[in-house]
Amino acid sequence: MAHDIRTGASLYSFQDDYFEGKRDLEGCIAAAAELGAEGIETLAEQMMPGFPDLSDEFYATFAGWMEKYGTVSVAHDMFLDTKKYKHRELTHDEMVASLHRDIDHAAKLPARNIRIIVNTPPSVVEAAAPYARDKGVKMGVEIHSPWSFDDDWIKRHLDVSERVGTDVVGCVPDLGIFVRKFPRVIIDRALRDGADPDVVARCVKNYDEQGDTQALFDEVEASGADPLTVNFARMTTHFIDSDPARLTDHVDQIIHIHAKFYEMLDSGEEYSIPYDEIIAALKKGGYRGYLNSEYEGNRHIQDIQAVDAYGQVGLHQQMMKRLIAADDQGE
Amino acid sequence: MFDSYVIGEGTVRNVTEGDETVGFAFDSRIAYYRGLGVSMVEPFEITVDGEAVPTDALRFSLGDRTWTFDELETDYDTRWELTDTATVTVLRPGGLRGEHTVEAIEVLRISYLPFPSRTRCARTVTLD
Repeated sequence: MAHDIRTGASLYSFQDDYFEGKRDLEGCIAAAAELGAEGIETLAEQMMPGFPDLSDEFYATFAGWMEKYGTVSVAHDMFLDTKKYKHRELTHDEMVASLHRDIDHAAKLPARNIRIIVNTPPSVVEAAAPYARDKGVKMGVEIHSPWSFDDDWIKRHLDVSERVGTDVVGCVPDLGIFVRKFPRVIIDRALRDGADPDVVARCVKNYDEQGDTQALFDEVEASGADPLTVNFARMTTHFIDSDPARLTDHVDQIIHIHAKFYEMLDSGEEYSIPYDEIIAALKKGGYRGYLNSEYEGNRHIQDIQAVDAYGQVGLHQQMMKRLIAADDQGE
Repeated sequence: MFDSYVIGEGTVRNVTEGDETVGFAFDSRIAYYRGLGVSMVEPFEITVDGEAVPTDALRFSLGDRTWTFDELETDYDTRWELTDTATVTVLRPGGLRGEHTVEAIEVLRISYLPFPSRTRCARTVTLD
C-alpha cells in the first residue's frame, strides 16, 4: 500500500526556549516551520496558559499562525491529572469529563488527533469515544516506554480501538520504545552527577547487549551502591528496545507518531534509535500520517549547556526526510 | 528538570514587615515541562545549613495571592503555569544574615509517575 509519511514537530522540543523566554508560542511554531516541519503538535498545558478556558480570540490567532507559517495543526497532547486530589484518585466520571475538555480543545484548535497519555484507563477512552467521534477528533494512547505493544495495559487500549473503530481510537507510538543503544546524554549526565563510572559502564553494556536490566538493577541496589548509581541502574530498566517490525503489524491503528529522539549527531544520525529501520517498517505497512520530532535530550544536558533545540530538530527533520525519500527497493 | 530554577539565581532575599525581618524568600519556577494545578504542588522541603524548615513556616505566592501549603492542597482552581515565577517565603525571625546554604526540593504530584517528582537545588548566599 502506498505510504504518505509527513514530518512535523511537537513544540515539546522547544520547551527550554519557551521556559527561558527565548521563544513564545508563535516563535516555536515559526521555528518548527523554518526547519521543515509541516505538522505542528502542541501541549496546551505547556504553552497555552489559561487552558482549558481559552478564548475564541486565542483559537482564531492560532489558526492564523497555521496559515501564516504554512503548517497544519495535527495533534494535541492531553494529560490526565488523576492525582489532582491528594487523598483520592479521580473517579471514572471525572476522568471522562477531563478528557471531554481535551476533545473540545482539539476540535477548536482544530487538531485532528489527541495523544492520550498512557496513565489514562482504557475504559475512560472508550467512554469518551462517541463524544470524540461527534467532534471529529481521533484519540490514540501513547505507547511509551516502559510499555510496548505487547503489554497488557496497551493491549487493553488496542482492544478499545478494535471495539469502537480505528476511525476514532488508535495509538500513538513514541519511538522511545525502540532504544537500541542507551542514550549517551543520559549516561554523561549520570557521570557528571557523580554516579560510579564502572557500574554505569556495566549497566550500559548490559542494556546495549539486551541483557536483563532488572537483574542487574537488583544486584546494584543490593550491593549498597550510592543513590546516584542505583538510580542510573534503575533507569536502564525503564528503557526498551522493541522490534520496529511492530510498527508494520499495527499500522492500521497508528493515528500519529511521536518521533522521540535524544541526540542527533553531526553525521545526521540519531545516537540511540534505529530510524532507518523504523521508517522502512512504516513504509512497508503503508503508514499515512505524521512523524513529529520530539526532542528529549534537552532535560539531560541543561545543567551544562544551553539547549540547542533548533539545531537538533533541524538535523532530525533532515534525517527523517532523507529516510522517507530513500529508495527502499530490495530491502 | 529545570533544576537551577527551583531557587532562582540571585533571588534569595530577606523579607521585612515594618522594621522587623520576618524571614527570607526566593523565586521559584515549576520544575516540569507543563503547568500544573496548585493542589498538586506538595510542600517544598527546605533546609538552611542542613537544618530542616517546618512546613508550617512556608508560604507559596503567585501574583498577589499567598497560600500556606495546607491551603494550596485544596485549591483546585489555580494553575502554576510554565512561565509563572512563584515566591516561596520561609518565616524565620531575623531572616538570613551572613553566609548560609539554602537547599530546596520542589515536590510535584505527577499523575503518570508512581512517585512524586523531586527536584533539588542548593545555593550558598551571603546576605547583609
